[in-house]
Amino acid sequence: MSDPVVRAEGLSRFYEVGGGLFGKPREIRALSEVSFAIPRGKTLAVVGESGCGKSTLARVVTMIESPSAGRFSIDGVEITPDRWDAHRDAVQIVFQDPYGSLNPRQRISAILSEPLKINRPDMTRAEREAKVREVMGLVGLRPEFYGRYPHMFSGGQRQRIAVARALMLEPKVLVLDEPVSALDLSVQSQILNLLLDLQDRLGLTYLFISHDLSVVRHVCDEVMVMYLGRAVETGTKDAVFGQPRHPYTRALLSATPVADPARRKERIKLTGELPSPLNIPPGCAFAARCWKAEARCRAERPELEGDGHKVACFFPEGG
Amino acid sequence: MALLSIRNLTVEFATASGSFRAVDGVDVAVEAGDILAIVGESGSGKSVSMLALMGLLPWTATVTADEMSFDGQDLRKLAPRTRRRIIGKDIAMIFQEPMSSLNPCFTVGFQIKEGLKKHMGLDARAREARALDLMEMVGIPDPARRLNAYPHQLSGGMSQRVMIAMAIACRPRLLIADEPTTALDVTIQAQIIDLLTELQAETGMALILITHDMGVVAETARRVSVQYAGQKVEEQPVGPLFATPHHPYTSALLAALPERATTRLLPTIPGVVPGQFDRPGGCLFAPRCAFADDLCRTTPPPVQAPDLGLARCHHPLEGRA
Repeated sequence: MSDPVVRAEGLSRFYEVGGGLFGKPREIRALSEVSFAIPRGKTLAVVGESGCGKSTLARVVTMIESPSAGRFSIDGVEITPDRWDAHRDAVQIVFQDPYGSLNPRQRISAILSEPLKINRPDMTRAEREAKVREVMGLVGLRPEFYGRYPHMFSGGQRQRIAVARALMLEPKVLVLDEPVSALDLSVQSQILNLLLDLQDRLGLTYLFISHDLSVVRHVCDEVMVMYLGRAVETGTKDAVFGQPRHPYTRALLSATPVADPARRKERIKLTGELPSPLNIPPGCAFAARCWKAEARCRAERPELEGDGHKVACFFPEGG
Repeated sequence: MALLSIRNLTVEFATASGSFRAVDGVDVAVEAGDILAIVGESGSGKSVSMLALMGLLPWTATVTADEMSFDGQDLRKLAPRTRRRIIGKDIAMIFQEPMSSLNPCFTVGFQIKEGLKKHMGLDARAREARALDLMEMVGIPDPARRLNAYPHQLSGGMSQRVMIAMAIACRPRLLIADEPTTALDVTIQAQIIDLLTELQAETGMALILITHDMGVVAETARRVSVQYAGQKVEEQPVGPLFATPHHPYTSALLAALPERATTRLLPTIPGVVPGQFDRPGGCLFAPRCAFADDLCRTTPPPVQAPDLGLARCHHPLEGRA
């Protein structure tokens, strides 16, 4: 296996909230000690429910926010905030909502050439236009779209534009933050195919963030399941989906509706909801909703352990 | 006789650029105790047809139908005042975004009791007791305290439970749930879907579930009606629909599900749903359909027999595609 393109060790991001004149600000641990490595040309999927820290992870990896702790490197080069400028074009992001992420006042040509204007100042106008047209062809946008505005496009076409914008600087890594969850089913498959095709052709590495497990199962090579800012289970797609070991992963899988009316399955019923990230319980964060929890789970936090297929649980399923 | 019977429902919106037909000749029939799912992509008119039934469309909309009756009463002929006695009591609706559907200025208790006061004529004490019962029924922990909470103090899942409590407060005979779980997380979605099916089984009310999620349909519905660009293109019981879809659109939609994929690249439906200005002359799905011929492009298709899933198609698929 080739060296990983992206390597993160103990990435954390804390936010301070509240705290008036006398009150002490409280700390939200949005992301705690997350480690992963993605080999070139592979896809790591991050799954979890809202508030689990997956979008914070995306922002840290794309250098929108600096990590509070931990190390993070791309292609073996350690990235620190003072070196962001030089490395930002290696990681680009596609956002969830193609209606909100494109400037309605800019033409497609302007949206796509802006990254070049800023990051490739010595490119001439003609070179920029050639590059924009090349990338438009790559993502399946017709040449006549060059001078149009975003409102003239459907959701799927807009998401193609967003992908094209992310590809302008020839990044090594693409962070996909719920890229298809705002799209209709028939269009969703078009965009997923585009992403898979681009990965094959350009050797891109994906960090794919999603809550839709059926999409994740289709596109990813490895999976990281997150709960309240921490990874609770990581492993290859087959391992995590085939033999889920963390109770939360099992609950998540059993809660996902399957489009097959003949299959009546037993659903694991979780009671309660995610605790507030402001007061994460001391032990295992999932203990309050877990049917296997014992006294130890509430007192101590299990570490992510294992060989390849890692799980953070004292009583994992299947040994 | 069907509890709800709508025939040939058409809804047109007057827009600045001319009239736009959002719902085009849709039939809906629901028996008491039935669970019907209406599936379709955005713009298929699935929400608008139900809002038309509820009388919740703005004045720009023109609603016409050959029949629109609930429990034998013709809804088209009722005076607004009489109609309001049915809507909200016998027919209730749950909306898509629980956070924005609740009024932020009033406690959830007030909002649940409002319907009880209007429709059931209960006194204050009885309303309080019923509201507590309802909160317990929908599984809200610590209901007495939560009655005095404002919507912003509740999570998305809790708000949706409150919406459900409001909808079932007057023991409706028909509950319409418009994308009840789209804004929610998977584990919460499972809780809400289970809650809705349990309530349906307990009370025997009819349930219309509007959704775009094929997984939710497969696990909840008994019958499924598929809509495309304002038209109903197919209707079948849930098992046969997933096993042998007769309309090419249904078939293509099911094939595009990632979980049914057999290859790395998914089968796709080329193109997009037609909008206001590019509605095709013949079959609305013809430009995207793999089986379309000249007949499809020029002549609107007939509705086939029930054993072909009432497919609105010239060339319905017979067996498994």
